[in-house]
This record gives sequence, structure tokens and C-alpha cells, in this order.
Amino acid sequence: MQTSFTPDQLRDPAITAADEILRKCVHCGFCTATCPTYVLLGDENDSPRGRIYLIKDMLENDRPASDAVTRHVDRCLSCLSCMTTCPSGVNYMHLVDVGRQRIARTGRRSAADRLLRWLLARVLPSPERFRLALLGARMARPFAAFLPGRLKALVKLVPPAARTAILEPRVFPAEGVRRRRVALLAGCVQQVLDAEINAATIRLLTKHGCEVVVAEGAGCCGALAYHLGREEEALAGVRSNVRAWIRERTARGLDAIVINASGCGTMVKDYGFLLRNDPELAPGAAEVSALARDVTEVLAAVGLKAAVAGAGTTVAYHDACSLQHGQGVREAPRLLLQGAGFEVRDVPEGHLCCGSAGTYNILQPELATRLRDRKAANVDGVGADVVAAGNIGCILQLAPAIGRPLVHTVQLLDWATGGPRPRVLDQANWLN
Amino acid sequence: MPRVVIPVRCVKTDMRMPVPDTPTIARRQQIVGALRRIVPDGVIADEAAMRPYECDGLAVYRQIPLVVVLPSTVEQVSAILRYCNANNVKIVPRGAGTSLSGGALPLADAVTIGLGRFNRILEIDWDNRCVVAQPGVTNLAITNAVQHRGFYYAPDPSSQIACSIGGNVAENAGGVHCLKYGLTTNNVLGLQIVLPDGEVVRVGGRHQPEGEGYDLMGLLTGSEGLLGIVTEVTVRILRKPETVRAMLMGFASNEAAGDAVAAIIGAGVVPAGLEMMDRLAIHAAEEFVHAGYPLDVEALLIAELDGPQAEVDYLVERVAAIAARCGAACVRVSASEDERLRFWAGRKAAFPAVGRISPDYLCMDGTIPRRRLAEVLARIRALSEKHGLRVANVFHAGDGNLHPLILFDANRPGELERAEEFGADILRLCVEVGGVLTGEHGVGVEKRDLMPVMFDEVDLEQQQRVKCAFDAGGLLNPGKVFPTLHNCAEMGRLRVSGGQLPFPDLPRF
Ligand SMILES: Cc1cc2nc3c(=O)[nH]c(=O)nc-3n(C[C@H](O)[C@H](O)[C@H](O)COP(=O)(O)OP(=O)(O)OC[C@H]3O[C@@H](n4cnc5c(N)ncnc54)[C@H](O)[C@@H]3O)c2cc1C
Ligand code: SF4
Ligand code: SF4
Repeated sequence: MQTSFTPDQLRDPAITAADEILRKCVHCGFCTATCPTYVLLGDENDSPRGRIYLIKDMLENDRPASDAVTRHVDRCLSCLSCMTTCPSGVNYMHLVDVGRQRIARTGRRSAADRLLRWLLARVLPSPERFRLALLGARMARPFAAFLPGRLKALVKLVPPAARTAILEPRVFPAEGVRRRRVALLAGCVQQVLDAEINAATIRLLTKHGCEVVVAEGAGCCGALAYHLGREEEALAGVRSNVRAWIRERTARGLDAIVINASGCGTMVKDYGFLLRNDPELAPGAAEVSALARDVTEVLAAVGLKAAVAGAGTTVAYHDACSLQHGQGVREAPRLLLQGAGFEVRDVPEGHLCCGSAGTYNILQPELATRLRDRKAANVDGVGADVVAAGNIGCILQLAPAIGRPLVHTVQLLDWATGGPRPRVLDQANWLN
Repeated sequence: MPRVVIPVRCVKTDMRMPVPDTPTIARRQQIVGALRRIVPDGVIADEAAMRPYECDGLAVYRQIPLVVVLPSTVEQVSAILRYCNANNVKIVPRGAGTSLSGGALPLADAVTIGLGRFNRILEIDWDNRCVVAQPGVTNLAITNAVQHRGFYYAPDPSSQIACSIGGNVAENAGGVHCLKYGLTTNNVLGLQIVLPDGEVVRVGGRHQPEGEGYDLMGLLTGSEGLLGIVTEVTVRILRKPETVRAMLMGFASNEAAGDAVAAIIGAGVVPAGLEMMDRLAIHAAEEFVHAGYPLDVEALLIAELDGPQAEVDYLVERVAAIAARCGAACVRVSASEDERLRFWAGRKAAFPAVGRISPDYLCMDGTIPRRRLAEVLARIRALSEKHGLRVANVFHAGDGNLHPLILFDANRPGELERAEEFGADILRLCVEVGGVLTGEHGVGVEKRDLMPVMFDEVDLEQQQRVKCAFDAGGLLNPGKVFPTLHNCAEMGRLRVSGGQLPFPDLPRF
């Protein structure tokens, strides 16, 4: 597509990046039909091609973000379905981030909106702060009905009970011969809301010969703040993670950085790009991205032990967008589950987002709920015993709407290879 | 009557649209208000939000519309048309905006009606083997809705993932499987359309039309949004053939591949699809889908054979033997359904995949006699050198429909003009070898001014009489298809009562 940036504008690296991306878009429209918001709303402005156009217009003319750009870019889930579809290789992810930063700087938002965004960006990435906030929210739950729209959405998302366990930096030795040494991103929201996921991941990795280390100084991946357009805040976290992992790698060696929340995985795999102009950390960030793996990628590489439980259980596998579109990981989880003796079923419209999308379900509750209900109907229609997904966000989003237990893929794999049976299976008394 | 023209904000150099009507533009607020009353939550009047509507798949022509409206019910469409008809406001229908001929290009004085909200499948009638869909449903969604019971919708434009069934009807879209299963027109059974005065009518039904009376379905299919707005489509679905195999055949030259096409068809084999791509297109597509295309060949043929197992086995062998005789460097037959779909995925993504190797391209659409294929490709190569621009060829080889993609960089001054000249040379070449200027992408604005090359004055006037019978006021999608729009009264179609035309102040161009 034709672009018209001045040489002056192109001196900004963000604009150069945007220009390169825009040049690749040939305006074919293939991406519109696989975009969840276009499917729901039928407006070109709510399609990837439309958003690309809106962002292009804003950047080229150096305009402050119009209400239209803000509204339609805010509605974007960053599910990246458009990138899977695009034959031309348009990197929508990087473009929309440039757009979001410009909107954060120049757009008009209501005070309430700004406050909510600030709150999310401050609280969620910190497990401690988030745990306190949760206590508050849980107390507010009975009053949810009286809260205004988006606060209600926030409070309602909080599960009634969560098993919190915040991982301290330490090493979990491999069982038997050590085959790999991996760093685990402990995550922020996930460990507060469902500690079982990290516990199952560590059991699974160690029993497959991986030494797992939670590196000193590594924290939230930065995605939440980054997608809220808060670049500086996010990049500060990114830098300390890069330093932490590079330190660990230099001192004791690392074969991979393992991530079990795919939203974070997409982000870590992008560190190399995000810090590409950082004089000090660019090479380290590129190295971190090259080492980053979803937990199922690592397991597929080391090979799964023979299964001892779970055989014959039917599993509806829900593709988290960050895993399928963000990282292109579709086969590994399916093959692992199949290899462990589960009967894996695909969910119709699997490419469409469930509406979780980081903080989307809090900021855009109406669209998020429509997507959730659509996804829930598709998942339930499959009629499986249990649903597996590779991302905590999807699990929290779908749990209240789906009529069957929902677990992280690693929990099933752990169970199949000798670990405890996921508790939700018993609670729901689904399998006898 | 000479056409009065002014340039709109079109990058393309020689394309002119009708002069926008200033009084209409002056009434904009009033029109927006009226549309808001009809579709309270679906009017886009903000300039920033209208910009994404300024073009379709042919992005070199751009124009911000007067206003965009997104109705979601037939009643709303009807009310909008009634209002526009009564108030003399022009209308441009828009489906998914994938047209490559600028069919959905807005006008500065026209309402763009987007049908994106009409995206539900209304009924699957298994007994009559048809699907009733709203016009905004994508082509692929129809197949997706019926494939679990072994059915599919045959016409499959490469844009099928996104293009709407309403847009397919409007453009009479074709696809890689049209060689055996026909174009849209051969697969549509019934339509509901809203006429320019707001009247809602049904044409056809759920069965193959009887051979009596006017073939209105045939007339409406391919009418490019000039006769009415399609609000419901009934299409025939087919049972999937028992066996389907696709084959890749690589050749060291375009000539050899062209010979193979002629030999396959000459031998009486009717493949379900027979497509050709040249080196540039192969490389771009392979990079996106990793279909396993051979990268060391100059031309690639993809053939599909379907039917009962025994027949397919036999035909695959025959086609492979013909290819070998024509010097094929490699032949690969799909071993699974997944692999077959991958073979096609590359071909279907070929146009936009070219975006990987060039920031812009012009997609041409001409038809030539099959036997002249090798010669035409050689001459296109020579033209490519003459104009100093690369060209990637993608070709519905089976039915002679050629899509050369002229690669250029719109950011470099002068390249677009060179690309356009190159394009015109290609189309002239098509005509010279006995072909025609259009394949399947429609006339739109892209080929509008070339219509007189194909049709004489009498043909064109006759075609416009049809237009007048439906849309005497010339309000639906004006400036498209016809190079010169005569006013209907002039052609004796309008009754002039008391010396007064029905719309005396209607600007006619
Ligand atoms: C990469 C690519 C590949 C393509 N491959 C093919 C191919 O293989 N074969 C092929 O035939 N075409 C192909 N096309 C062209 C295009 O996809 C088709 O012409 C398609 O039918 C257009 O549908 P649409 O919904 O996008 O319509 P639009 O582009 O929105 O509109 C096209 C025309 O139809 C009219 N229209 C749309 N909807 C309605 C309606 N409901 N009622 C009345 N008029 C309406 C518009 O006014 C306009 O004139 C391709 C396009 C692209 C970008
Ligand atoms: S699919 Fe890619 S090239 Fe086509 S419009 Fe979307 S982003 Fe642009
Ligand atoms: S990221 Fe998802 S929601 Fe955003 S434009 Fe792409 S497909 Fe649509």
C-alpha cells in the first residue's frame, strides 16, 4: 500500500517500523472475515484492514488520535487472528502497538477510563498488589450488581476462591538424568489466581528431566502494560527480565525460557523486537526471545513419558489466541494430549477469540461477553469430558460460561504421567 | 451527450468519475439525519471513520463517501432506498470490499450501504440441497456450514475466506473450481433483492429455474450493484465427490506448462480445476503456506481430479503421463485431504502473498484462447522488460482466464503510471490474440472505459436499457460499468408526461 511519510517523520523508529508494515498490506481484505470484532459488528472500522487504515491516517497526518481511532483500536482484542490469515505477512501486532502508544499520548479518554487503565497497569503485574486487590474485590462481589458496567465486569471476573502461591526464586532439580535446564516465567496474575498451573508445570518438567529455575529478578512479562499503551512502564519490566535471564544463562546455563501462559509467551518472544534499539540490551533481548518456548513446545521436544492415567477421556482443546496466532503453536499441545491417551476434539470457529484478551474483558465487557458466550456454545457443542487451554486468561474467561471442567493443558499432561488428578475434575464430579 | 468529468481523489491517472452533485452534498446533514432515523446505530458520518470505506480491493482508486450506513434488516435497506429514491440520492452497495475492479468505490455524493451486518445463514435446506444466506455471509462460511454432512458450495473465488455471497452474485464470481462446476450464476437458485424504489422482490426459488420467461436470475447475477441490492441469496450445495486428489506439476518453461494445459484439455479430461502459476507467484505463495511447491521450476500447474475412486486413479495417471510427455520436471499427487487443501491454499493466497515481494501490485484480468497461452506469456515477459516492472502470473489455465500481477512501488514517482501502461498493453495483447478484456473480476471502474473496445454502441445502449428498466433515476452505483451513461429518457425508456421528466433536476452525465 502506498504511504506518505516525510523523511522527518521517518526518523522516528516507531514510524519507520509502521511504514514498513503498512507497505506490506495490499488491502485484499482477507483478514476481515477472521477478525472477531468484524464478525460481531460488520463495520470495516472494526476489522484489521480498517484499523490499519485508521492508524495509517493518524500517523501519516501526525494527528492526535480521533475518537474514531480510539474507539475502534480499543475494540481490537490483539488476538492476532488477522496475522494468521494475512498472506502478505503484515505484522499487525507491531503496528497496533505503535497506534496504541500514539492513542495513549494524544487520545481523549474520560477520567474514569484513564483511572481504570492506570489501575490495571499498576495492580495486575504485581502479584502482591494483585493479591490485596483480590481480597477487596472478593468482598465487593456480593455488591457487583450495584457497580457501574466495567467495574462490575472486573469484580465478576474474580473467581470466588483462588489457590494462590507466589513462587520465590529457586531451583527445582530434575528427576533422574538432567536433560535440560530451563527458566520458568513465574507470571503475575496466574500464580495468584491458580497456583496449580505452575505446580503442575514444574512437576511435569522435572519428571521429564528438566531442571527448572525461577530466576532472581524476573517478574511480569510486561504485556498487560504494553497493550494498554504504557510503553515505558512495560519496557522497564522487560529490561529487568532480560537482565535476570541473561545473568542466569551466563552463570549456570539455560536451554530455554519456559512460559505456561501463552499471552506472556507471545510477549517474551517479541522482546528482541521491543528492545531492538536499546544500545545495551538489544543482543540480550534477542537471545531471550530465541530461548522463549511455550511449555508444550519444550515437552514436545523432550518427548512425553508413557501415560498411566486419563486414557480415553475426551478433551476439547481450546486454542488460546496468543498460542495459535501469536506463536503459531497449534500442533504441539494436540499431539501431546493425544500421545498421553486423551481423545482430542477441535472446537468449531477455533480461530475466534474467547474475549479474554488480557484486560479486554474488563475494558470492553459487552463485546467480551458476546465472544465468550459464542465460544462457550462452540466448546459445549463438542461434548467433551473436559476442556484444555494453554492460557490462564481464557480459563478464567470461559469457566463461568462453560458447562464442564476447564484446565490448563499441563494439568492434564501431568495427571496422565503420574501427577495428581486435576481437582476441578473431582469438584465437578464429571468423570467417575 | 458528452460526459462531464472531473478528477476525484484518484491516484490512477486516467480514470474519471461523474461530477459530484453539489446540491446533494449541501444537503448532507439532512441526509445523515434521515438515515439515522432509519438505522439509529449504524450511520458513520465522521470523516476519520469513513476513510476505511474509501476503497475496496482496488486501492488505487479512493474516494470518501457522502456517508456510510450499515443496515441489519431488509426493512432498513428498503427504507434507505425508498428515502434515497424520493430524495434523489445516489447509492453504492458494498459487501466485503474485496472487488478488484473498484465496484464498491464510493462517490462523494452517494451513500455507501455496507452489508457487513447481514452475516447470518438463515436456513440449511438439506432436502432441497440448498442454503439460504444473508448477503454478507462469506463464500467460505457457506461451505463451512454444510461440510460436516459432506456438502460444499462449489464456486470458490480465491478471496472466498472474505468475499461476501452478495458480492459474488453482484460480480458473478468464479473460482478455481469453475472449470467443472460453473460460475456463481450456475449455482444460485434464488435471490431477494430490494429495487431502487425500495420494493422488495424475490426471484427464483429453491430449484433450478424453469426455462420459461425472462432469465431474471441471469440478469441480476453479475449486475455489479447497478440493478438492486441483494438482501438474501439461495445457493445450491453439492455433495463432496467420493474422491478428490490434487496434483502439482512443475515445468522448466511457461511454454511447456502451456502445452501441458492444451494437451490435458485436448485429451478430453475435465479437471475440477486447472491452475497455473509462474516463478514469482510460486515463491511468494510458498513462503506463506509452505505447501511444498517446487521452487526450482519456471511454471507450476495445479490440477484437481474428482469423482469415484477408480475414475480419479485413472485420470491422475493419465494427467501425469501427459505432463511427463510435455517435459514435467516433477509431479506430486496429494496424499491426504490436508495436503490437497495446502496445495490450493497457496494458489488462493497467491495475490496477497505477492505483497511479500512487492509493496503494490495491479491485478489484471483478461481472457485468452488457451492455445495462445505460451505465446502470450512470452510476450508479457517482453513487455515486462520494456516497462521495467516485474510481473507475476497467476492463471485459471483451464478456462483461459489470465491474472498477471504487475508489481510496482507506489511510493516511487512514476511507477504507478508505468504499471498502468503495462496493464493496458497486456489487455491490448489479450484482444489481439482473440481474447476478451474481462474474466471474472467485473468491469467496475477498472475496465469501464475499455467497454467500447468489446461492445459497439448498439450493444451498450441495449445494456443500458436494462439498467433503465430497473433504475430509471440512475441512482444505483452510477459511474460503474458504463463508460457513458445516457439518460433513460433519451433512450426512450421513460415516459415524458407533460413535457416533464420524472426527475427534471437529475444530473445526467
Ligand atoms: C486477493 C483476491 C483474490 C480474488 N480472487 C477472485 C477469484 O478467484 N474469482 C473472482 O471471481 N473474484 C476474485 N476476487 C474479486 C472479488 O473477491 C470478487 O469480485 C467478490 O465477488 C467481491 O465480493 P465482495 O463481497 O467483496 O464485494 P464488494 O467488493 O464489496 O463489491 C463488489 C461489487 O458488488 C456490489 N455488491 C456487493 N454486495 C452487494 C449486494 N448485496 N447487492 C448488490 N450489489 C452488491 C458492489 O456494489 C460492487 O459493485 C478476488 C479479490 C481479491 C482481493
Ligand atoms: S490480509 Fe494482510 S494484506 Fe490483506 S488487507 Fe489484511 S493485513 Fe492487508
Ligand atoms: S488482533 Fe484480532 S481483533 Fe484485532 S484486528 Fe486482528 S483479528 Fe481483529
